[in-house]
Amino acid sequence: MSGSQGSRPAPGGGAGAARTGGREVSGRLPWMLVAPAVLGLAFLVLPLAGLLIRAPWSTLLQRLAEPQVLEALRLSLVSATVATAACLLLGVPLAWLLARVEFPGRRLVRALVTVPLVLPPVVGGVALLLVLGRRGLVGQWLEATFGVTLPFTTAGVIVAEAFVAMPFLVISVEGALRAADRRFEEAAATLGASRWTVFRRVTLPLIMPGVVAGAVLCWARALGEFGATITFAGNFPGTTQTMPLAVYLALETEPEAAIVLSLVLLAVSVAILAGLRDRWVAAP
Amino acid sequence: MTLHARLVVTRPAFTLDITLEVAPGEVVALLGPNGAGKTTALRALAGLLALSEGEIVLDGRPLHTLPAEHRPIGMVFQDYLLFPHLSALDNVAFGPRCQGASRAEARRTAAELLERVGLAAHAAARPRQLSGGQAQRVALARALAVRPRLLLLDEPLAALDAHTRLEIRSRLRRHLADFDGATVLVTHDPLDAMVLADRLIVIEHGAIVQQGAPGEVARRPRTDYVARLVGLNLYRGLGDGARIKVGELAFSTVEQVEGPAFVAFSPAAVALYRTRPDGSPRNLWRARIDGIERHGDNVRVHLEGPITAVADITPAAVAELDLAPGREVWASLKAAETHAYPA
Repeated sequence: MSGSQGSRPAPGGGAGAARTGGREVSGRLPWMLVAPAVLGLAFLVLPLAGLLIRAPWSTLLQRLAEPQVLEALRLSLVSATVATAACLLLGVPLAWLLARVEFPGRRLVRALVTVPLVLPPVVGGVALLLVLGRRGLVGQWLEATFGVTLPFTTAGVIVAEAFVAMPFLVISVEGALRAADRRFEEAAATLGASRWTVFRRVTLPLIMPGVVAGAVLCWARALGEFGATITFAGNFPGTTQTMPLAVYLALETEPEAAIVLSLVLLAVSVAILAGLRDRWVAAP
Repeated sequence: MTLHARLVVTRPAFTLDITLEVAPGEVVALLGPNGAGKTTALRALAGLLALSEGEIVLDGRPLHTLPAEHRPIGMVFQDYLLFPHLSALDNVAFGPRCQGASRAEARRTAAELLERVGLAAHAAARPRQLSGGQAQRVALARALAVRPRLLLLDEPLAALDAHTRLEIRSRLRRHLADFDGATVLVTHDPLDAMVLADRLIVIEHGAIVQQGAPGEVARRPRTDYVARLVGLNLYRGLGDGARIKVGELAFSTVEQVEGPAFVAFSPAAVALYRTRPDGSPRNLWRARIDGIERHGDNVRVHLEGPITAVADITPAAVAELDLAPGREVWASLKAAETHAYPA
């Protein structure tokens, strides 16, 4: 019985083998896949091309040198950098805790850490206002005790950016920690290193690529932050008006300025992507 | 005794329970098949694994209550685990730095140790620039740099190719001879164990099955695993003072044993014949050839019959006797070539 079953499909199988074998394998691409793929590519690339085509190249430098543009650029760079530094200071230990210490509710904590990642930034801004605002839970106390108010200040911009960007860093560093060979840490322990020394002299250097990649992502996210910033810190030129806010505002009054500002942000993004690719992502 | 340890580690489906005594300057090898618990024992000694029960006492001080970083140990890991971001020198200086030495002091100590293992010229090299043998020596220097009282080596030669292994083995032996603390090394290679250790402890399924000087273990194996390692045929039987009965066979041996006994003999001591031989050999049995394979310069013949045995004969003999799997032969063994001892 098995013999007759085995022999019957043979001719059909032979024809199938002929069709799939040989040069026809690399033949026609399925248009059902190629057409949407090309459309998708165009959808992603065309707007950027449009930005480049419509850019006022002749007056570019002049517009870039306008004090308001420079002010927004400076504020953006400073606040994103300070926010990234704050994220490193708090996020790396948090990632270490999540990756290396067993504690009850760890999965819940990890889920909570990633909430700002999917939360609409405006909602994040509202939440920050409720907690750190003048009448907020912690804000009230901050003002009464230290005389510090965060909303509508540059510090507020940094807080909003750090809130939105920190998950990028934590996730990246935690991934690096999980991927790192823990036996190096054991080797360090047998050499007499305390857990802090192990972290500082062995773990951190080993996961440095992950930390740098996380910091760059975090910085890029902070640089582009809009929703939480405008909600929590407002839109005051010189103190809280970062590049994305300036772009939005300029679009209503002076579209060409908006294009110039957008070009700057695009250039920064591409630079970051290129840097990540070459130095950290593609590295073995 | 400088090291006294009873190591009990209980895991689902596995229990390690062994007792170790190691004298100062003594090198003890834990030998055993994969999964026997050798590395578990070593990790327990190092403090990388908690004991379920038992104790570790080194120079009269309890060790099992201390975390790994406070134990006076040095450990060489199987794949060395040199820190990839540090130079060879800084790898070796890592331990002294952790013990509170200044940077300059630690580097001086490290440089001396690298000199001692013959790698002074490679002090600035990163681990990935070192060959396997060099990395092994840096790992040894790093372990010795903390001036340990107990040196632990996990398969120190397993990651080396055959040629390097030979050279590194003899170097390692010299360095271990210079070390005055207790040394415990783990290996599954009997040759490494024989060359490096003063005493062998054979572990199977988490328990000690045999221990003694390497020569003693090699001559008088007590389990099939050890017999295979040292390349002997081994049988358990019952001695009546004159002969030792193994299944249907009664072995004539030189040593007389009463009661449960082991009989061991080398595969080279077995002679094969197509027809029943006459004369002197006093141990003779009929066997069927189960398989034939090359074994060094000789041919190893696997025999089935009243006992399962292997015989090593010359390729010429194989041709002359026209041996092939399935063929019946006579196997003989001189009493003088057997070794009998109480089980």
